Amino acid sequence: MSNLESDPARFTATLDDREDHAPGDEPQEAAGHWVLNANIGLGFSVVLTVAAFALVIWPIVYGPAVAVALVVLAIAQMGVHLVFFLHITTGPDNTNNVLALAFGILVVFLMVVGSIWIMDHLSHNMMPMDQTMQMQR
Amino acid sequence: MTDTGLPASVAALRRVREDPHRLGHRPHDGREPVRGIGMGTTGPAHKRIIVGYGFWIFLLSDIVMFSCFFAAFAVQRDATAGGPKMADIVDLQRVAIETAALLLSSYTCMLSFAATNVRNLLLTQVFLFLTGLLGLVFVLLEAWEFIDLANRGITPQRSGMLTAFFGLVGLHGVHVTAGGLWLATMMAQVQVKGFRRHIVHRLICFNLFWHALDIVWIGIFTVVYLIGSLS
Repeated sequence: MSNLESDPARFTATLDDREDHAPGDEPQEAAGHWVLNANIGLGFSVVLTVAAFALVIWPIVYGPAVAVALVVLAIAQMGVHLVFFLHITTGPDNTNNVLALAFGILVVFLMVVGSIWIMDHLSHNMMPMDQTMQMQR
Repeated sequence: MTDTGLPASVAALRRVREDPHRLGHRPHDGREPVRGIGMGTTGPAHKRIIVGYGFWIFLLSDIVMFSCFFAAFAVQRDATAGGPKMADIVDLQRVAIETAALLLSSYTCMLSFAATNVRNLLLTQVFLFLTGLLGLVFVLLEAWEFIDLANRGITPQRSGMLTAFFGLVGLHGVHVTAGGLWLATMMAQVQVKGFRRHIVHRLICFNLFWHALDIVWIGIFTVVYLIGSLS
């Protein structure tokens, strides 16, 4: 493609400045902005990950509460990743991304909680295995 | 070529740059719309936005698929059929190294995109290579874990819990492997074709994919390994 008119890379620098943004993308900025975001994200993630492993290895928290604490730490770290690595923000340029994410979370929530809820009830209402065997005789 | 995506004027572009999120609630001058943002009467959004957004939708559907595997594991957690429990098969040290490798690879992946943004070919390639290396460490550790378990007679057909375990963790491993192959082809494309617009679009998508894999791994190491090792 020697023809300047048809060179797709020709306008790249101009085109990077956009009002609406894709997830994981932002208008062209100095690299420092990206590196700063990456550093903050990594810092938070390391703290949250180490905290999660520490909770399991050492008895820091009251035993039965550890599982809940782990879930909270995991959700916090997912949030950190969304904000600092995927650049999901609350700005008006991100409305579409946030709405899609909200729908995704809704479906995930229905899938996981719904499955656990229904299967737990089924399991409670099941006749114990030995009685089932007796009836089949 | 119709899709140059050029804004109406440099002045309009400057207004967008000064207040990109319209936090001052000033309109970007309705008389002179900026093309390519997908708002108002300026036609469809620019390809860069549509590609990224479409891939975001795909990733969310991928995460929904993972959530089904998570649900299966949660339901089958106690279905051990007299076999090994989760607490018997967790090696926390190995999981910690796997987690560190994947988190660091997410970090280097983002650094590579920072380099892409300032069109630095060498740093882009270096950080992409580091990302791939850390991803390889992760996949090898996981393969080692599966081989180790299989040698102890712990296979997917042993119990419902193990079926769900190997399904969930294996699915994630397959994703990381596929991501690694994608990464290798991206390095070749960047090297040969340079930072053309559609190559940068693909790099955006790859970044999203890699970060999403790390988010899924957060769920796995928490729900499967850490909570599994408690009981």
